Amino acid sequence: MRKELRLIVNGQPYELYVKPKSLLVEVLRNELGLTGTKRGCESSSCGICTVILNGMAVKSCSILALQADGAEITTVEGLAKGGKLHPLQKAFLDYGAYQCGFCTPGMLASAKAFLDENPRPTEIEIREAINGNICRCTGYNSIVRAIKAVADGEYKEEK
Amino acid sequence: MNRKYSVIGKSHIRVDGYAKVTGQAKYTFDMVLPNMLYGKILRSPHPHARILNIDTSRAERKIGVKAVVTGKDTLGRKNGAWRRFPELCDEEILCREKVRYIGDPVAAVAAIDEEIAEEALDLIEVEYEILPAVFDPLEAMKEGAPKIHDHAERNINVTRRIEWGDVSEAFKDCDYVIEDQFHTSSQAHLCMETHCAVAHFGYDGKLTVWTSTQSNYYIQVLLADMLGLREGDVRVIKPPTGGGFGSKFELDSAQFCAALLSQKLRQPVKIVLTREEEFIATKRKTPMYYYVKVGAKKDGTLLAKEVRVVTEGGAYTAMGATALYLTGFYSSLPYRWPNYRYDGYRVYTNTAPTSALRGFGAPQAYFAGESMIDMLAEAMKMDPLDLRRKNAITPNYEVPGQAYIQSCGLKECYDAIEKHIKERGKLPPNRGIGIGNYGFMSGGIFNWFNTPYAFSAAMVKINIDGKVDLFTGACDTGQGSDTTLAMICAEELGVHLEDIRVHAEDTDLGPADLGSWGSRETLMNGNAVKMAAADAKRQLLEFACAKMKPNVVYDLDIKDHKIYMVDRPERYVSYFEIVQEAIRAKEGQTIIGRGHYTPHRKGMVSPAFGFGVQAVEVEVDPETGKVKLIEIVTAHDCGQVINSVAVIGQVEGATMLAAGGGFCEDQPIDNGKILNPSIGDYKVLRSLDMPKTVGIEVDTYEPEGPFGAKEAGEGLTSPTAGAMANAVYRAVGVRIKDLPITPEKVLRALKEKEKLKEKK
Repeated sequence: MRKELRLIVNGQPYELYVKPKSLLVEVLRNELGLTGTKRGCESSSCGICTVILNGMAVKSCSILALQADGAEITTVEGLAKGGKLHPLQKAFLDYGAYQCGFCTPGMLASAKAFLDENPRPTEIEIREAINGNICRCTGYNSIVRAIKAVADGEYKEEK
Repeated sequence: MNRKYSVIGKSHIRVDGYAKVTGQAKYTFDMVLPNMLYGKILRSPHPHARILNIDTSRAERKIGVKAVVTGKDTLGRKNGAWRRFPELCDEEILCREKVRYIGDPVAAVAAIDEEIAEEALDLIEVEYEILPAVFDPLEAMKEGAPKIHDHAERNINVTRRIEWGDVSEAFKDCDYVIEDQFHTSSQAHLCMETHCAVAHFGYDGKLTVWTSTQSNYYIQVLLADMLGLREGDVRVIKPPTGGGFGSKFELDSAQFCAALLSQKLRQPVKIVLTREEEFIATKRKTPMYYYVKVGAKKDGTLLAKEVRVVTEGGAYTAMGATALYLTGFYSSLPYRWPNYRYDGYRVYTNTAPTSALRGFGAPQAYFAGESMIDMLAEAMKMDPLDLRRKNAITPNYEVPGQAYIQSCGLKECYDAIEKHIKERGKLPPNRGIGIGNYGFMSGGIFNWFNTPYAFSAAMVKINIDGKVDLFTGACDTGQGSDTTLAMICAEELGVHLEDIRVHAEDTDLGPADLGSWGSRETLMNGNAVKMAAADAKRQLLEFACAKMKPNVVYDLDIKDHKIYMVDRPERYVSYFEIVQEAIRAKEGQTIIGRGHYTPHRKGMVSPAFGFGVQAVEVEVDPETGKVKLIEIVTAHDCGQVINSVAVIGQVEGATMLAAGGGFCEDQPIDNGKILNPSIGDYKVLRSLDMPKTVGIEVDTYEPEGPFGAKEAGEGLTSPTAGAMANAVYRAVGVRIKDLPITPEKVLRALKEKEKLKEKK
């Protein structure tokens, strides 16, 4: 028994029929083919599946897709606009804020939702914002530097 | 040193960067093939049991289930990475007669979706005869302990001895002798992408496997062996890999079961291990019991060291045999011990097998060793940094019978750390700075896989538009080897990084190569790549020479797309022009350069070693025993830096992993069961826990390395736990000899210290 679900993902409206128990992450990855968003655990504790839902960083494995009905969602695929990278993506590249890259989509989502709300954060606020996202490669400090660089205006959004 | 490079020694955006920050990188985890099935693995709930019967009939009848396999469907071969020693190949992967740890695979199911496969596991009935089990290696070594493998008396899996000088005699000449015992804990690799594989066995009898791995060559050879296939009929492709850290260069249950199911069904099968499986049924860091005795002369000369180690092997050999050897070797570094003896025992236990984890036995060795050096310095009333500096390895030193060390920047590292400590000045109460130092291999010379020596190979192909295809067997698991090797290639060939396309993913295309482990990539693969690029360049220069007709003995070289006369750089021709003309003149044949590297006559361990000294500053809360990391400063010698931003990432990443092992990561086991198999329960460092990190690169040139480069990344996990233990001691006067340094242990030690004081 499938239920109707309407979502706007990365600016694109979708009408879907999904199983009631499908998780948001499953719908994004399996139904919409947006495999940029990963999964790393079964216990909502690694942050890898983070997406932006109505402006908030949300672990997409911890909510049912139907709970997101009507929501606007941004995934890593939606960060770049018109062929131009988002400032955070540019900063991540320059500061080496990723290695294996598996946590990067979730990390970028957490960072973007956070900066949208708090564009001039302190370092400790940045660390708090990504504390729910595990990265096993970088040791986080390069990620903090990249986010700080964007907050400090080192990167401008290209139109 | 005055070295002018155009590509290396700077920061470059990684070649895989754009795909990774946009979500376009497609991992094995993301792969879907037409008509693909999903597999799940049934695992033993018992630490030690005989399999009496497996009834798969109910599972097979379930709608949506396509196949169930058990050990009976295998060739009954045993797998292991030490292939030159058949008795050490001891893992069937799908157990036929006995299970040896909780998580040992007994059956696998392929179904039309994961949910059905999972449900089918519950329908498989396995009849076990439960056997007595043993979990601690010291217990497992005793006479009469339950026997885990028939071939291993007293469960001893491997023994190693390393010895030089006369340790027993030398201790008699020492003015100070101390001895003590240590224990190091287990640690999970916690790759963010769990082990996973998609296998497709075609009707042509050929198998293709896409998998998350550190060595596609190892997986190719091991799978071929286990399935009775010709190696060339197994193609292993490595998409971007979500972390390795030592956990992904052995054949794993996802790869083997997916391949076996696909062989049976001739349909693609995908298996992704759950996070819980990743914790309980993939390899983990080797816990070790360490006994150390050290002796020195009054003047601070270290004279003798004796080390005895028993490691918790878990159920199978894995790469744990290598860790046993390396921990013994690293226990002698980075000091000039004239007398040294190591005895190591790896013991089978009914726990998840233990193996390599970023550091490969080194972090354990340096935790015990560096703690002891501080304890010795205290007994001798010497400054611990001075004691280290006085005895440290210097350039061109031979570790007797083991290794020849050419470059060594330890002296500069001590100077940098001493300066840092002085600048910090007097610390507030309950704060302390501890130091630890290390040396670490740049790839192992030893090879137990299929040849006595390790090998690396590379191929460079220049296309008619000047674009360069680089083929290598090094596997980028996040550490950045694709970029490092592309930079080495571009530097040697005189082109730009953007000209290089790296092909490191496919055993059908790339050369046989042992892959990425033991810090092989920069030096070993780098040398092979540099040689291949030089070979291709030489061919281009032949054409250029014919065209430029130098009338004096001018050497030609290439830089920045210009082929020029070395002493008359203003005389040059375009690289692109020569490439086009050369390929046309050769009637379309591409220009191919070949390169390889094998370290002959460079000792037993490694052709070159990275070194470093680390200062860890902690603050201990005496009320709770909680240790807070304040700052970690690392001065290290990795030879010539290739990609600066990558080296910084290695310093910080290694520090995080090692600090996690030092004070929070652990895998407590009760009756063979790992008690914290979830990310919620397994504590790792998160961004708020991560202290300020400073990396200081000291400038050295390694003659054996490509452009003077050597390892930078794995070795950096070595000094942290020991330095933390030393820092805690300096902060509050208690010495923790058992990792991790948890608040409970610190608090207990503080209370004991108080009691002792009261008695006095």
